Amino acid sequence: MKSALKVLACSAAGWVFSAACLAGEVQVAVAANFAAPIKAVAAVLEKTTGHTIRLTLGASGKLVAQIRNGAPFDLLLAADTQGPALLEKDGLTQPGSRFTYATGTLVLWSADATRVDARGEVLRSGNFRKLAYASPKVAPYGAAAVQVMDRLGLQAALAPKLVQGESIGQTFAFVQTGNAELGFVALSQVQQGGQLKGGSMWVIPQSLYEPIRQDAVVLRRGASNEAAQALMQLLKSPAIKDLIRSYGYAA
Amino acid sequence: MGLLTPSDLQAIGLTLRVAALTTLVLLLLGTPLAWWLARTQSWLKKPVGALVALPIVLPPTVLGFYLLVLMGPQGAVGQWTQALGLGLLPFSFTGLVVASVLYSLPFMVQPVQNAMEAMGTRPLEVAASLRASPLDSFFSVVLPLCRPGLVTGSIMAFAHTVGEFGVVLMVGGNIPGVTRVISVQIYDHVEAMEYGDAHRLAAVMLGFSFAVLLALHLYNGRQRRGTAE
Repeated sequence: MKSALKVLACSAAGWVFSAACLAGEVQVAVAANFAAPIKAVAAVLEKTTGHTIRLTLGASGKLVAQIRNGAPFDLLLAADTQGPALLEKDGLTQPGSRFTYATGTLVLWSADATRVDARGEVLRSGNFRKLAYASPKVAPYGAAAVQVMDRLGLQAALAPKLVQGESIGQTFAFVQTGNAELGFVALSQVQQGGQLKGGSMWVIPQSLYEPIRQDAVVLRRGASNEAAQALMQLLKSPAIKDLIRSYGYAA
Repeated sequence: MGLLTPSDLQAIGLTLRVAALTTLVLLLLGTPLAWWLARTQSWLKKPVGALVALPIVLPPTVLGFYLLVLMGPQGAVGQWTQALGLGLLPFSFTGLVVASVLYSLPFMVQPVQNAMEAMGTRPLEVAASLRASPLDSFFSVVLPLCRPGLVTGSIMAFAHTVGEFGVVLMVGGNIPGVTRVISVQIYDHVEAMEYGDAHRLAAVMLGFSFAVLLALHLYNGRQRRGTAE
């Protein structure tokens, strides 16, 4: 009863002052491809330390632009290395905190279980109406998709069929609802526990795009935030690395 | 116009085409709907009126999400458009116009309905006593008398469609020349940190919107003076 009261008082105080009660809170900006795993990581963090995560999902480039314009985040989990490096150069990060927490995998995916073959020949067949990809300007998975189309020599052929999501999350929604029959999405969006959740996919060979190394960095505001530091430690732990791998990343 | 990039100009052209076509469709569909709403004694009047007004209060994300699902291959509208051989509407110019018609519906219907209600039944009774058919009196009496409402509705629907963003973002797919309208182009510039480009295009929108509203106020002021004299 007493502890329940304490939790209540704590969350009330936290709500009013958002100040440090016993368990802290960390405001994390997360690239959209990492939406599913970060929720699993958040559950582990909350269970082991009591710290809670407040998530903001978006395309990596957008989050970086927001942070450069003063967005109040403690931590950034980007989908590339350039964004965090840029913030570091601007002096907006905790020095020495940047590290690669995951390496992403790009897949060609359809919600239709029979549409995508194991070698991605469907791309050449042209037997579809729309192909979704994320905005290459702000989403690293979108930039990788452009490299793939380029290296396959299909950019001109596919151009009339392309539709663009503003993040990899919206791109996934376009394909999931069937409005685009095909889309370049992150393996982490369609796989859980090492299993394809539905539809059909082609895991694109690494030779067709630059590795999507995803860096995390503590932002200046998070340098003094205990919860932010705890989350960074957790991301480096072997158990969490296994968890991240189960979503289809190299970690 | 040298300050704007070719893709900005393309977005402006597209936006004007979407808005013009939307306004035309709304004139054709919205006017009879407004007429029915103004004249009916049916209990359906209030629910239909509320339905028409929904886009004013609904977040564009709600409209956009429903449209994406409904117009998709599993959606009721999507199956219907496919059966008719029209294909799927999301990511297409037609889809954008359909979404805009729904989104701007109240901005056309409400001013026209107000004008029709303000007209009263007297002009129709006079027309009927002169043996005008209902259709005849609609075109030669109602529409001319309600012209201020029609003009206001058209301007508002046009301007509101030009200012559309959230719905387009959700069902458009950001295709240059097809669904990348001005508001999405500005968003793209900002997201890519091309603030200079964003500034120039945003200024164009600001100037346009102000000019439209000013013109509308001037027009309404003149109408009111006209009826007072």
